[in-house]
Amino acid sequence: MAERSFAREVEQLRVGAGEEFHGEGILAITKALLQCGVGYVGGYQGAPISHLMDVLADAEELLGEYGVRFEASASEATAAATLAASVHYPIRGAVTFKSTVGLNVASDALANLASGGVTGGALLIIGEDYGEGSSIMQERSHAFAMKSQVWLLDPRPNLPSIVKAVEDGFALSEASNTPVMLQVRIRACHVTGSFIAKDNQRPPMTVAEAQNAPRRDTQRVVLPPASYQHEQEKIAKRWPAAEAFIREHGLNERFGPDEAPVGIVLQGGMYNGVIRALQRLGLADIHGQTSVPLYVLNVTYPLIESEFLEFCEGKRSVLVVEEGQPDHIAQSFGAMLHKAGSDVKLTGKDYLPMAGEYTGRVMLEGIGKFLRAHGAELLPDAARAPNEPQPSKPDARDLSGVVPPRPPGFCTGCPERPIFAATKLVEQELGSHHIAGDIGCHLFASLPPFEIGSSTMGYGLGPASASAFNAPGAKRTISFIGDGGFWHNGLNSSIGNAVYNKADGVIVIVDNNYSAATGGQDILSTRAPNASRSTGHSIVDAVKGLGVQWVRHIDRTYDVPKMRDTLREALTTDVTGPKVIVASSECMLNRQRREKPLETKAIRSGARVVKPRFGVDEDVCTGDHACMRLSGCPSLTVKHLDDPLRDDPVAHIDESCVGCGNCGEVADAAVLCPSFYRADVVHNPRPFERWLSRVRARLIARLQARRAKRRLMFDEVSA
Amino acid sequence: MTVQPREVHTQMAGVVKIAVLALGGQGGGVLSTWIADLARRRGWLAQVTSVAGVAQRTGATIYYIEAMPDAGRAPVFALSPSEGDVDILLAAEMMEAGRAIQRGFVTPDRTVLIASSHRAYATAEKTVPGDGLASSEEVATAATIAAKELVLFDMQKIAEDAGSVISASLFGALGGSGALPFPRSEYEATIRASGRGVDASLKAFADAWALAENGEAPQHDDATATTHFIAEPQGPTKALEEWRKLEARVAALPEPARTMAHAGLRKVVDFLDPAYGAEYMDRLDQALALDSADRGWTLVERAAKYLANAMVYDDVIRVADLKTRKARFSRIRGEMNVGDDHVLHLTEFMHPRIEEVVGVLPAGWARRIEARPRLYQWIGRRIDRGRRVRTDGLFWFGALYLLAGLRPYRRSLRRHEIELEHLERWFALALDTARRDYALGAEILACRRLIKGYSDTHSRGISKFDRVLSALDLLDGREDAADWLRRLREAALQDEKGEALEGALKTVKSFA
Repeated sequence: MAERSFAREVEQLRVGAGEEFHGEGILAITKALLQCGVGYVGGYQGAPISHLMDVLADAEELLGEYGVRFEASASEATAAATLAASVHYPIRGAVTFKSTVGLNVASDALANLASGGVTGGALLIIGEDYGEGSSIMQERSHAFAMKSQVWLLDPRPNLPSIVKAVEDGFALSEASNTPVMLQVRIRACHVTGSFIAKDNQRPPMTVAEAQNAPRRDTQRVVLPPASYQHEQEKIAKRWPAAEAFIREHGLNERFGPDEAPVGIVLQGGMYNGVIRALQRLGLADIHGQTSVPLYVLNVTYPLIESEFLEFCEGKRSVLVVEEGQPDHIAQSFGAMLHKAGSDVKLTGKDYLPMAGEYTGRVMLEGIGKFLRAHGAELLPDAARAPNEPQPSKPDARDLSGVVPPRPPGFCTGCPERPIFAATKLVEQELGSHHIAGDIGCHLFASLPPFEIGSSTMGYGLGPASASAFNAPGAKRTISFIGDGGFWHNGLNSSIGNAVYNKADGVIVIVDNNYSAATGGQDILSTRAPNASRSTGHSIVDAVKGLGVQWVRHIDRTYDVPKMRDTLREALTTDVTGPKVIVASSECMLNRQRREKPLETKAIRSGARVVKPRFGVDEDVCTGDHACMRLSGCPSLTVKHLDDPLRDDPVAHIDESCVGCGNCGEVADAAVLCPSFYRADVVHNPRPFERWLSRVRARLIARLQARRAKRRLMFDEVSA
Repeated sequence: MTVQPREVHTQMAGVVKIAVLALGGQGGGVLSTWIADLARRRGWLAQVTSVAGVAQRTGATIYYIEAMPDAGRAPVFALSPSEGDVDILLAAEMMEAGRAIQRGFVTPDRTVLIASSHRAYATAEKTVPGDGLASSEEVATAATIAAKELVLFDMQKIAEDAGSVISASLFGALGGSGALPFPRSEYEATIRASGRGVDASLKAFADAWALAENGEAPQHDDATATTHFIAEPQGPTKALEEWRKLEARVAALPEPARTMAHAGLRKVVDFLDPAYGAEYMDRLDQALALDSADRGWTLVERAAKYLANAMVYDDVIRVADLKTRKARFSRIRGEMNVGDDHVLHLTEFMHPRIEEVVGVLPAGWARRIEARPRLYQWIGRRIDRGRRVRTDGLFWFGALYLLAGLRPYRRSLRRHEIELEHLERWFALALDTARRDYALGAEILACRRLIKGYSDTHSRGISKFDRVLSALDLLDGREDAADWLRRLREAALQDEKGEALEGALKTVKSFA
């Protein structure tokens, strides 16, 4: 069950021609796919297109009505390979995944797909995860487009442009027999807006029809000599066809006056930022009316030489706004100008930074500098010679030493926290080990307070990244891998590899029942039933099936002593070969989302419900914060007591506590202190329970009264 | 080639740029949707963007809204906030307000800063062994300089009191600030239209609106909002008489030390008996003899504080006593919202070690056991495991109650012997030093702060304490000795392992 439900929003996907569609970018993309008569969709979740997968999953019924097949792919490679359905058949297909990390995984299939070419439109919707909020290495998808000759669309970030790009993408793909990538940046995925809808189309050929009437063409198989022919085709036929289509249909756009001393060429995705900078310089209005000519590349690959040279005509200099590096686009344009013997001055990364996100400030400064140097006559006086130097930061106090960093971390009650608390305890006992991390929520362990894990090499590659450290007799390594990464790639690349190479290390599979970091999507080992997918497949069985001899399953990760003892055993046992610990407990976000409404209903209906929550006896707590260093839970916080004798704040558990048990377990396993208690509040207790509780309370009260009579009692009264 | 300057566009006016800085789970998404819906209700065009992803897992996240009246043509809105170009900034937490200022999103020419003054502490603040909490005052001061207008109060509390979440009170504060030209009825209609938890949201909204509108003065510290009345102790007449005598001795102390001494005395007497309180006062008098008004009575005040903390060591008897008190039971019932129709179960997490058990044995027996390592370890193995005990049940309540009953016999027990010996040594060292170097003596007293926690944490505390005081030989006689001892102590409180302390000690050693 995914974190966010789009059940209500997907109803909008039914709106017909002429009606206005309101919503987020990802919903608009889904609607556009239906309008284009897509025959199948697939993909693998990951920000920023996780929600696109969620929308598709929630729209499965609607898709079914049109005979559209939806695949929740096992990985990006699977997703890209799915597009093989468009090789021989005139079926439009679309898959989606997360930018460069997804393309890395998908590129085997993608290269083969691009070699043979496609008959039906094949669209890859790439969620570009670059700049603020990104969780991956900063690279560009552009290079993948160039290396495999796949066209790359980068539409202006508004709903009508994105919808049009989907339509253009399919048509371009079919016109040039080439797969097309549609790049949507992180904020464009969630930008809200509206567009005028068209009717949804039933695919002209459904996958069912194709299955029942199979076709083949040996020429499309990537095998010599066909593969040599494919390369020639790419250059001789597909490229010119694409160029012609892009020109003819005006996929790239021009704004502003025809004649001006300077111009700006930009990726479509940069449009709003460029316009905002021009607005602030007094050169554009809020509707995008600009005094500086703009050549907007809604298609960033291939670049259309003739269009570009026409744009440059009569200009002294042109600025290329191209986010990320290397500056493939500017380099190509430079070559074009050189070849054409042009004296137009080409600038780009000399006014704008080579690396990093092009934020509002970066654009304003870069474009401002370019215009002051090359097109000062265009600028209003204030922008040409600002009276006062504009401070880049306000004249406020420097807060860098005050404001603490706030990286993401484990949620309240996260079942992964106790796993790393136990690891930290084992390391305190047995010394430090080489620990390899993986992609997933568990990577947060590499940040304080745990600081566990020294590398991340890719999804499902945690244990693989420790594979060199297999020297006989040396200290064992510990590597982590999530259930998501396990099924994505790790099963073979990490576990199978470890078995085959007789790796002696310890592998911890963090199993929280979902692909949690991407928003709680179901996977093979999800325990909850799923109406349209097959779930409930055991990781333990899979690992044993691969030949791992030493496997331990911990069914409640919150049992810190057990977790610690199992890790210790794995690190010290005489058994050779990989030692695999499967640590399973359901993602707390998902669990709360599932259980909370049921619980509230049960309490209301009079059923007996026990609600656990933890507390701290503040007079027992000494404020040493040892528990925090084994937790980092948002609900385990601190507070200053109103007691002049205390210097340091004491531990405090706020109301958001879900009673997971980590605090108590850690206090026990690490022998910290007796300050924690668990309060189980029984709602709708049974009559006997109620009676017993009353009797106990009465006797306890009598003992307390007895003691109070014999000593001085200083109970503080606060009001 | 010459070209005439083009028309200069100035139609940027009318666009309102609003950024929301929130933590994952604070409802930043709901708030930004409300703001956009509100604008659309009034016929404006509005755009919302956010960054979904791992940042929402408890990290800091930015939502961004742009809106303007519909002029019949589609505007081009930006997708993210730009430094120096934000009209309204809503920060759902104090340090997020600080982050917004730091990032340049709050500028005096245009930004209305609406921020909640409450704190959600970051991990980096919480894990410091000492006091690592960031200063809200510094952020508040910066906010008054950086913002054009500032609305700052505890919106979290308003939301909690109304049974709602902070998005509702931030929305109310936005309305009350008058930063947007929309009537109150439209705000309320927006909340109603969103459907869930409407009544609670409207209450939080209204309370925050009122505070924002009336220009509530920034509150930096709401801890002072509740006043504590120190009630007279209850108990046997004889003990009460002794208590009053002790109180009279506190009253005779110089004023600056009185509050601390009174708190200390209560703690010490509560720990054992009035006679123990008398011991405390006797020790204080020793410090008093060395102190004087022109020194601000620092030594006595420090002694009052740290003597009390040292004399009230955390043994199993104290834990058992605190865990079985009536006041504790009623406090927990209140905190956990336990009503009459509920049943409360209480589970304690105990992990006694041999040290604790031997500590409650008569000193002679204990020493005999300690002298036999194999016996000591054998007993240890039988004891050393986690015990989860139910203190709402009679068996374990009874057990802890009996343990707490050992209180009057404490003086004869092993732990008391150890603690008192340590205390005497430390206190004598402080006073002896104070005779030569008053400030250094006072700093030695304050080093007691390093000893806290139980078991391993306690041992580490003692080790840090010893390491800090080990520098005394090097420092004694230097003019800045007290200052250096303070620095060493502060370094010791910075991290768990004492790495900062090691560094500071190296510096001190380089003096020699």
